Amino acid sequence: MAPTTRTILICSGKGGVGKTTLTANLGIALAKLGVHTVVLDADFGLRNLDLLLGLENRIVYTAQEVLSENCRLDQALVKHKQEPNLSLLPAGNPRMLEWLKPEDMQRIGAMLAKQFDYVLIDCPAGIEDGFKNAVAAAKEAIVITTPEVSAVRDADRVIGLLNTHGVHPVQLVLNRVRPKMMANQEMLAADDVTDILALPLLGLVLEDEQVIVSTNRGEPLTLSANNSPAARAYSNIARRLQGEDVPLIDPAKEGLGLREKVWRLMQTKIF
Amino acid sequence: MATTLRDILDKLLGRQPASAKTARERLQLVLAHDRSDLSPELLDQMRREIFEVVAKYVEIDIEGGDVSLETEDRMTALVANLPIKRSKSKAVSSQEMAISSQEKAVSSQEKAVSSQEKVSNSQESVSTPGAME
Repeated sequence: MAPTTRTILICSGKGGVGKTTLTANLGIALAKLGVHTVVLDADFGLRNLDLLLGLENRIVYTAQEVLSENCRLDQALVKHKQEPNLSLLPAGNPRMLEWLKPEDMQRIGAMLAKQFDYVLIDCPAGIEDGFKNAVAAAKEAIVITTPEVSAVRDADRVIGLLNTHGVHPVQLVLNRVRPKMMANQEMLAADDVTDILALPLLGLVLEDEQVIVSTNRGEPLTLSANNSPAARAYSNIARRLQGEDVPLIDPAKEGLGLREKVWRLMQTKIF
Repeated sequence: MATTLRDILDKLLGRQPASAKTARERLQLVLAHDRSDLSPELLDQMRREIFEVVAKYVEIDIEGGDVSLETEDRMTALVANLPIKRSKSKAVSSQEMAISSQEKAVSSQEKAVSSQEKVSNSQESVSTPGAME
């Protein structure tokens, strides 16, 4: 029994901004820090967490069989081979959505909290029933967004709902940051997004092609000694969750050529 | 809004301003409406009714007036700016003045708080290197 289990919902509102990638990488990174972590795929309609973790061929039972008491919880949990501190509770059949209630998710969350230090819930996109079920099990949340108007707007809707559900604390991860575009002021700055959403920034992840390579392989970036920018960002997020004081990267310092220096001068406020 | 060298250059060359600024402004506007859950029609109706109520007591400049939503730190405020041409009676006008000065007091308090926050932030950043010495 872990009395201080942290049950964290990873959500975004908009689809395709990096919820599942963050869940998989954060799960591995936390496990590597030695904490018992479980990732729960709450996206019953379009499940993908198993695929990103490379566990798709090892699923026997799912959350569905656990809820209907056709198997024990430990039979459904899939332990990661290289990182045994991490387990996955796979999403059930999409037909589950017909009867799944917020109370069911609370039951699963309570069962997992007895065995793990961290429960990461991969939330489905949208703000409908799938979200409402997932949020019922969560105590705190990480909202992930990209510096684009549509993603930020949807994140804002989700933050409003998290507040009404009493989820606290809620922290922000800014994904797919392009330093050059930010320097040219052709992309919302990190400060713009945190000001607008009024959330503390937990992490800043640069746009990184290695993310695609890692999903192709089913090996999250944080699994290997990979030192790509995104891998470092995900590991830093895990360390910050654990209370370590890891400074955020400054996207403006990512490129320091003459061009960037001129651009920085250009954006200095003169009056 | 702060002006940067880039803003001036953009204006001189007749270029479109950097899109991040446009994105920020559009988001702030759309979020104020999302958060208040008020449709533009409802806001317009409310604006008209507010004008009607205020016009009972004072003569206002409807052309110069504005009722809009502003948002900061997840707090959405309804901001009414109603220039008064002339009060209809002295008794009412002094009441009105009292109300508006109260409102002003509140808003200046808020401003005082926010400037205090800024001061304490800068103090923190100043004190950090000192602590490291």
